[in-house]
Amino acid sequence: MKILVCISNVPDTTTKITFTNNNTQFNSAGVQFIINPYDEIALARAIELTENGNGSVTVIHVGEAANEPTIRKALAIGATDAVRINAPAHDAFFVAAQIAEYAKENQFDLILTGRESIDYNGSKVAAMVGELLDIPSVSVIKKLDVEGNTATVEREIEGGKEVLSIPLPFVAGTAEGVAEPKIPNMRGIMSARTKPLTVIEPVVVTTNSEILVYETPAPRGQVKMIAADDVAQLVSLLHNEAKVI
Amino acid sequence: MPVLVYTENADGKFKKSIFEAVSYARAIADQNNTSLTAISIGNVDTAELSSLGNYGADKILNVSSEQLKNFVNQAYASIIAKAAESEGAAIVVLSNSFSGRGLAPRVAVKLNAGIADGATALPQQADGKLTVKKTAFSGKAFATVELTSDKKVISLTPNTYKVEEKPTGAQPENFTVETNASDFAIMLKDIAKSTDKVSLPDAEIVVSAGRGLKGPENWGMIEQLADLLGAATACSKPVSDAGWRPHSEHVGQTGITVSPNLYIAIGISGAIQHLAGISSSKVIVVINKDADAPFYKVADYGIVGDAFEVVPKLIEAVKAYKASS
Ligand SMILES: Cc1cc2nc3c(=O)[nH]c(=O)nc-3n(C[C@H](O)[C@H](O)[C@H](O)COP(=O)(O)OP(=O)(O)OC[C@H]3O[C@@H](n4cnc5c(N)ncnc54)[C@H](O)[C@@H]3O)c2cc1C
Repeated sequence: MKILVCISNVPDTTTKITFTNNNTQFNSAGVQFIINPYDEIALARAIELTENGNGSVTVIHVGEAANEPTIRKALAIGATDAVRINAPAHDAFFVAAQIAEYAKENQFDLILTGRESIDYNGSKVAAMVGELLDIPSVSVIKKLDVEGNTATVEREIEGGKEVLSIPLPFVAGTAEGVAEPKIPNMRGIMSARTKPLTVIEPVVVTTNSEILVYETPAPRGQVKMIAADDVAQLVSLLHNEAKVI
Repeated sequence: MPVLVYTENADGKFKKSIFEAVSYARAIADQNNTSLTAISIGNVDTAELSSLGNYGADKILNVSSEQLKNFVNQAYASIIAKAAESEGAAIVVLSNSFSGRGLAPRVAVKLNAGIADGATALPQQADGKLTVKKTAFSGKAFATVELTSDKKVISLTPNTYKVEEKPTGAQPENFTVETNASDFAIMLKDIAKSTDKVSLPDAEIVVSAGRGLKGPENWGMIEQLADLLGAATACSKPVSDAGWRPHSEHVGQTGITVSPNLYIAIGISGAIQHLAGISSSKVIVVINKDADAPFYKVADYGIVGDAFEVVPKLIEAVKAYKASS
């Protein structure tokens, strides 16, 4: 089975988010970048599904050369080879179009993304790639098994889950439950250096969105402390002052 | 050019988040001096469909067939896109629900439209330009996005726009569209409803607990408090990682982002990754035995105390309040 895993490069989860240039740009100074945590889940499941020589895992990343450590980490975790589309990831459609273009020429049985990236939180790439390739897509899955040419997935819905059967090929966005992220071992780290990483120039895509400005949430007022033996006061404040119950 | 809103149903009923989406779409239609068309797919009865007119839908399109009874991503996306074309809609609004996340991007690609997902406010429109505010960095920030395409798709974050009544008296009309057999490749095998009474992404009140609760056997009081308040239950990541609670309850940067009116955090330290997913809650209550827990920095109300003593008292206080109101 040939699996394509899409990975994005995101600020470490402990990052305090700040902006520069009049709040028009993310301030990456001093920020550590990691593989998007959900993409790690996708990668882990792809590796499990191709264990014992049962196929290959290609990771694809749309981004500039500076992001290659993230790609090497994916190779160290166990991906077979990697592709970098040499362009800044402008927006979800731009990224999806690049991935779809590569997938069209290289025929994968399964395309996995994380359910969303923790920076722009789009959860759009999986569905867009599905649409561009005219194959099924499921945006948030919690379980993925493949038997022959059919997969069984669990999809998250409000207040429960659905079990779906889907013929390959399709695209899915993975969430917790699909697999436990894997940690690279020494052998993986050594072999990652020699695994193929192909750089491809992007296809021309008209982007259709532009981030104009960022802002951080308004600071909250001082916390009002209530004595532990006076919880009735909390209930009264929630009713009379905050008006939320 | 009318605005089109897709009204997702759950078991034939519209949830509050859908009325929010209709109200939001109505306000966008008003910004543009145009009308609002709602489209429903699946087997929803006439009375329920007509309720869309209470929130400003001028026209209600109903697509119903046995095959479309359950959500099928590709087929639904193609129906919504065809409806947008036949209505001449320039803006399509959806709810940023789990299904909406699978649909909106497919609709956008079909329509060649720019998409703003997870919008948290009404768009600003001037000189044919449309900008929308949305959450970014898992709630650690907001981004204002300009959609530069002619057609636009916007998905609305639940609980960020008020339901506004605006009766139009519109009545549902059947809408027929041809679908391709290939749009039905995904087959539904089973639906498993969770036992939760309120679903977390839609909840107006969330009662959330962390590792301070020591073990899954102690969640009874959390569920009882949530029940009393009509709230959904949630948890921190280590709690779901340990299998004390399902992953669908895990809130934060790598979990669900919520924006309830009231978020009650019990025995949760308030790590930056947890705060990311809850920072747009309107009111935050923190109960923790550590007076220096970082969570107090973002809280509106705080109680320093042992959860095992405070929560039972809180349950009694809520009961007393309910009895008196
Ligand atoms: C990549 C990554 C992603 C992450 N994503 C998330 C995420 O999305 N969501 C998330 O929640 N975390 C996330 N985390 C984990 C996060 O960093 C914290 O570890 C986690 O939020 C801590 O959970 P907690 O507060 O329940 O547990 P702890 O940190 O163990 O805190 C428990 C709290 O309970 C209090 N307490 C103990 N006993 C009692 C008692 N009897 N009564 C009252 N209070 C008591 C303690 O004072 C303490 O403040 C992530 C971490 C990483 C590395």
